[in-house]
Amino acid sequence: MAKQHQLELIARDKTERPAKKKTAPKAALKVASKAKPKAKPRAARKAAPVAALKALPKPSPKPIVALTATDMAARQREISVSEFFTKNRHLLGFDSPAKALLTTVKEAVDNSLDACEEAGILPDLTIVISEITETRYRVVVQDNGPGIVKAQIPRIFGQLLYGSKFHTLRQARGQQGIGISAAGMYGQLTTGKPIRIASRTGSSKPGHEFEIQIDTKRNQPVVVSDRELAVKAPPSGDDKRAVERHMEHGTRVELEIEATYKKGRHSVDGFIEQTAMANPHAGITYVAPDGERHEYTRVAQELPKAPLEIKPHPHGVELGILLKMLHETKSRNITAFLHHDFSRVSGPVAEEIVKAAGLPLTMSPGKAAREQAEALYKAIQATKLMAPQSNVLSPIGEELLIEGLKKQVTADFYSATSRSPAVYRGNPFLVEAALAYGGGHLPADELATMIRFANRVPLLYQQSACAITKSVVQTTWKTYGIQQSRGAMPTAPMVLMVHIASVWVPFTSESKEAVASYPEIMKEIRLALQDVGRKLGLYIRRGLREADAEKKRSYIEKYIPHIGIALQEILGIDDKRKEKVCATLKDTLERSRKNE
Amino acid sequence: MSKNVVPKIQKEAKAVEESILKRKKPTLRFPVRSLANVRYLAKEGYFEIRGRKKERTLTVNTVKTFAQTLRMMALSKTLVETDDIATKREAYYVSKNWDEARFLEQTESDTVMDDVEALFEVNREQLGFVPEEKGGDVAGNLVVIDKDPNTGKAIRIDCTKFGSGAYSIPISVEDLKFETKAKFILVIETAGMFQRLVKHGYWKKANCILVSMGGVPTRACRRFIRRLADLQKIPVYVFVDGDPYGISNIYRTFKVGSGNAAHINEFFCVPQARFLGITPQDIIDYKLPTHPLKEVDVKRAKDALKNDPFFLHHKEWSKAIEHLVSMGVRAEQQALAAHGLNYVIDEYLPQKIAHPEKFLP
Repeated sequence: MAKQHQLELIARDKTERPAKKKTAPKAALKVASKAKPKAKPRAARKAAPVAALKALPKPSPKPIVALTATDMAARQREISVSEFFTKNRHLLGFDSPAKALLTTVKEAVDNSLDACEEAGILPDLTIVISEITETRYRVVVQDNGPGIVKAQIPRIFGQLLYGSKFHTLRQARGQQGIGISAAGMYGQLTTGKPIRIASRTGSSKPGHEFEIQIDTKRNQPVVVSDRELAVKAPPSGDDKRAVERHMEHGTRVELEIEATYKKGRHSVDGFIEQTAMANPHAGITYVAPDGERHEYTRVAQELPKAPLEIKPHPHGVELGILLKMLHETKSRNITAFLHHDFSRVSGPVAEEIVKAAGLPLTMSPGKAAREQAEALYKAIQATKLMAPQSNVLSPIGEELLIEGLKKQVTADFYSATSRSPAVYRGNPFLVEAALAYGGGHLPADELATMIRFANRVPLLYQQSACAITKSVVQTTWKTYGIQQSRGAMPTAPMVLMVHIASVWVPFTSESKEAVASYPEIMKEIRLALQDVGRKLGLYIRRGLREADAEKKRSYIEKYIPHIGIALQEILGIDDKRKEKVCATLKDTLERSRKNE
Repeated sequence: MSKNVVPKIQKEAKAVEESILKRKKPTLRFPVRSLANVRYLAKEGYFEIRGRKKERTLTVNTVKTFAQTLRMMALSKTLVETDDIATKREAYYVSKNWDEARFLEQTESDTVMDDVEALFEVNREQLGFVPEEKGGDVAGNLVVIDKDPNTGKAIRIDCTKFGSGAYSIPISVEDLKFETKAKFILVIETAGMFQRLVKHGYWKKANCILVSMGGVPTRACRRFIRRLADLQKIPVYVFVDGDPYGISNIYRTFKVGSGNAAHINEFFCVPQARFLGITPQDIIDYKLPTHPLKEVDVKRAKDALKNDPFFLHHKEWSKAIEHLVSMGVRAEQQALAAHGLNYVIDEYLPQKIAHPEKFLP
């Protein structure tokens, strides 16, 4: 995504260079190939420019008649994000009805958890999925988060790529601001029903309930209904939905979508279970379509350390982004720009970079031409810089990893490791791994079960494309006493859990299902796996030794009497002598066993 | 002959008991039973066991086998003392009373039995253990003098009086006596060829004794022919398939014994045996239909040329086997039927018997 982003910016820069206005972020809500950016009122949450849509399929010309440029120009027109989505919904995880259900729940849950954590609230989530018909489901996700102010509700849920997270570098579940509005749009497309939002920001404040649709042409929210909720909603014992709707603060999202429900690991059930594992500080109540109620109680009574927002590290910035930052910065000169807008660039280092780029120290960033920006970019790459701060991440931690595993998997042995942060492309990240082994509940002769997380979100699809899976396969499990066929997952009664936390997790696609295989990331995963593997190896070997010793001990107990019987039969010795022979032999063997 | 095995068992058991009481780990020493541990005694004509032994010391790891070996020895002592016998299968079932020390498969008990047999360097029959298999069939000019199992009275068995059937060699042949005026004993690999020769009264025509081995000869069969040939001083001719199995497994085991039972080869071999056919040269001389040698045949032939002390000693044999391998074919006894069903009786055997000096050793 970032790459295309960059391309667009470069292209725009060449043609018109309009972006000097610093008053407003680029009005990228309207994504257009040629559209002039119009200043939009600055929103509390920024909107994301969307580049991916630039390269959209244009209406294909009829091949027989030759067209003039003018003819073509008549056909060329803007394509909205929403239109793009309706045609390419698989890119966002809505490719099958079963996956659509999962993705919808996932987007809502991600938003709820992120919101709660940002507000410092221990999350309590209620997820209710009910079947309307076999192919139509209602999804309700309610949280106890901070709520959303009335004015923001329509845009957050009714406009694609509207969100708070794209412009920050901070460990969070959501990234682009696509997810929940995409789910709403999917519901609208498949059932015609609007997405329904209820939110309250405090017990003394009125809540609001909206029904929102998306104008897919314009990528704009359309408010279908807007109702104020009483300050104290009446909790009635009989009306279950009314009780659920009552909250002191928080947000409740309700969608009706075309979907199918399946049980099992790759379904919503698995997703919620795994979410509980990776978020031991969250309490989750889940009512499945068959009416079964799952309660995942809170294991950790404290919120995880809040992740910090960081400025980008110069080494992780590409030329296109650099150009954009140059044009948007508030800094007066290029040296200050480097110092203030990036992390790990001190004043002297900034001067060093500018000098190396052959630019005047006081040059205005907005005036930097593409060539100059490129010189700056090269100078940045050539300069040695401190690694980005790594204390900005929020790991789950070894103890809670094991707690989370123990809650869902019964096993004999657990181990976990939480590695120190490392860096890929200027982004800090860290890897955690945990495993559960043995105990009779896990199948012994099947491949180990793999559970993947990115920023505490379970990854259920595209297992084989994921850097985590690749690292597991590449790890030599035989070293730790576990069977493994060439190029395969290890075969053992084992559940493996790997978590990657980063300010920006590199996914292979927008649907966020697999982590891209950066060598730095692969290396850290491997080291984490080796760490838990070593602990497991020790356990297995100790177990084998004990089993072996036990077997030998029982051998002595079992077979020595037979030597006595045989000798008695052959030599006709009396019982007393027989007992003496047995006792002596037992003693001799026990002694030699201990000396082994 | 069998009573002296009891003192041997007792002596071994005593040694075990004493070393236990001295707080030492007792050890049993078994001869290594393989071709690598035999030498060919050309003059005496059999494989003699060499001194290599394997030790089994009683340790935590060997305590189970050790206990089983001792219990098998105790069973043997009981059998001999009560003048009883047990087949290998029966011995396996007796072990089912041994609780934890019982055998789970008969192969396990057979191995222990073979070990005990080798340990005392006796024949398993002397230990009271008998094989399941039958010994072989006999027809021709021979009277076997056996005893009635109940009365002990001598019984004369005339092997010319079995019609289209045959006399069955018993498991224990040690006390049999013989009367015969036959000129030779013809030992045959397959029951099919034996039946043809019996049906057409070949033994009458050639004045001989016919013995069917039915594959690799049992110990009883070998011992029977050995005693018969020794006592009556008559030559023994062997007629088997012309392939590596017939030559290196059947004929060699018959004549000089095997690696596995090396400790008793001296008694269970027939050194005076000579190889009548089918020789590799016969395949050419008699234009016999053939089959290609299988991979396992070639492997067996090469193994014999490389490791078998008997073939290494007899150059004629080495040449013959090399010849067979170079032709890459094998011929069965019954291949002679290609020239007429009774060609073997009318042409092949008479021509062969006329020149025993040409037989392979």
